[in-house]
Amino acid sequence: MATTHLDDPRIIEFDVRTDEMLVNMGPQHPSTHGVLRLVLRTDGEVVSECTPHIGYLHRCAEKIGENLTPRQYIPYTDRMDYLAGMNMNLGWAMVVEKLLKLQLSDKAKHLRVIIAELNRIASHLVGMGAYGLDLGTFSPFLYAFREREKILDLFELACGARLTYSYLTVGGATHDLPSGWLQKCAEFIDQLEPVIDECHTLLTTNAIFVKRAAGLGVLSAEMAIDYGCTGPVLRGSGVDHDLRRDGEDRYTDMYDGYAFEVIVERNGHYPRDHNYPAVPRSAILGDCWHRFYVRMLEVMQAMDLVRQAIDRYSTAKGDYGIPVKLAEKLPKGEAYLETEAPRGQMGFFIVGDGSPIPRRVRARSSSFCNLSVTHELCRGCLIADVPAIVGSLDVVMGEIDR
Amino acid sequence: MSGQAFVDRLKKQFGDHITGANLEAIDPWIEVAPEGLVEVCRYLRDDPELRFDMLNCITVVDYLETDPKKAAKADFAPHLELVYHLWSFPNKVSLVLKVMLPRWKNDVPGELPEVDSVAGIWSTADWHERETYDLSGVRFIGHPSLRRILCPEDWEGHPLRKDYEMPLEYHGIRGR
Repeated sequence: MATTHLDDPRIIEFDVRTDEMLVNMGPQHPSTHGVLRLVLRTDGEVVSECTPHIGYLHRCAEKIGENLTPRQYIPYTDRMDYLAGMNMNLGWAMVVEKLLKLQLSDKAKHLRVIIAELNRIASHLVGMGAYGLDLGTFSPFLYAFREREKILDLFELACGARLTYSYLTVGGATHDLPSGWLQKCAEFIDQLEPVIDECHTLLTTNAIFVKRAAGLGVLSAEMAIDYGCTGPVLRGSGVDHDLRRDGEDRYTDMYDGYAFEVIVERNGHYPRDHNYPAVPRSAILGDCWHRFYVRMLEVMQAMDLVRQAIDRYSTAKGDYGIPVKLAEKLPKGEAYLETEAPRGQMGFFIVGDGSPIPRRVRARSSSFCNLSVTHELCRGCLIADVPAIVGSLDVVMGEIDR
Repeated sequence: MSGQAFVDRLKKQFGDHITGANLEAIDPWIEVAPEGLVEVCRYLRDDPELRFDMLNCITVVDYLETDPKKAAKADFAPHLELVYHLWSFPNKVSLVLKVMLPRWKNDVPGELPEVDSVAGIWSTADWHERETYDLSGVRFIGHPSLRRILCPEDWEGHPLRKDYEMPLEYHGIRGR
């Protein structure tokens, strides 16, 4: 066989053998999104094996939880997925409420929807901007951060913090929204819409972007489920599943009566994609492009939800929260609840033993499971495509390492 | 399917491997004997009616009171509880399995208790079992590569055990 190749001058360059090499990527590599270390076994430019090494940001979050009361633990949840602190607060607060069997007023629920969906927008904006950076384009990142800054301003008005909020807490929220906030929020959403369209022209339909992301890192629906991938990664593979619709009653109650469609491809079309050009031909369901596109459409979806929540909140009855003592005694028993955080299903597990301090606290991280599929996606790709694949999973190391 | 009917069905199928259930708990759970875990899990995943195709989470809860006064009053004997949270996409229902393990194998302190790995059934279990081994000290038999995942490879002890003590020093870094 080799001799026939040698006879053909067009093929000869592919017959050159290279040695295997181990390449270490990270933990300080800028395009690995935090302190992620990947060890690549490469043959020339082709990656034959990719092993993620994690734990560089491990801060014993679960052990700390066993030494604090649930309300004291809220600030630690902020630091898990630090790009979506509100969603982390919400997940933890809800599981404690489940254990305490607390029922919240409508007002508190709508407030939570506004805040959680706003944070989802902020988080997806970072995901989108950083993904552009991974693929070598800079301007979408700047646009995304400019818009995210406005959300942080809104959060600062509501709770004083810009990154680690501790705003949503057990029993509701720490304060009500300040007067005039809803007006500001509605104005922000209105001006965001054209910016997102702009980002679509800059990235989604950009020929270079499509060439880089489409058809790359294809994750089948079966594999996504097998590895426990959730959120946009799962929906990007065509699985129609969103906890806001399919989750536990306690969580879906929050979204009861809201009009929204789960962002997933059905018959080659996404809900609300009519404004945008069709899915590129080179894209395969479950590839990097689809994961990215699901996130972009979820921004639009979240904007819609915020608009609806503002209307409902302003007419809702009840209080923004129920006072819960800092050292409220936890009943004996255990509760597990998953919420739909921007990066996937964030689960918290709490075991109470009659004292105010839980016996066990467990955080089931969505990024942890999403990242565990990397070695399957990176097998056989080019070295330059590894950041593109890892970027499309949109992982946050703070949540993986906890 | 009601909770009791489901438990009866499993009991009929697996007999002694189903060792208990609590259907009144906030999240009702079923207790499985360690020997029967893989068999039960495979059935739960593959049965055309049940189809629990996703493993959400593996947790270990350490039941131990380190304070002797509290230990005297505790209503449990020291043990470990493995909690498996499952989800079925076709049926949109969740399920909680529990496996009780001794804190140490044969009650020899330092010998990690063992249970069969379910990494061959759900790939999620690969990293989750590594984390469980790393932080809670449970050895999973048949796991493809059971090594630490969050702590450094040369770390000693399993931090989420209740009797864990922080090392005084690690490579020249002061621990306390």
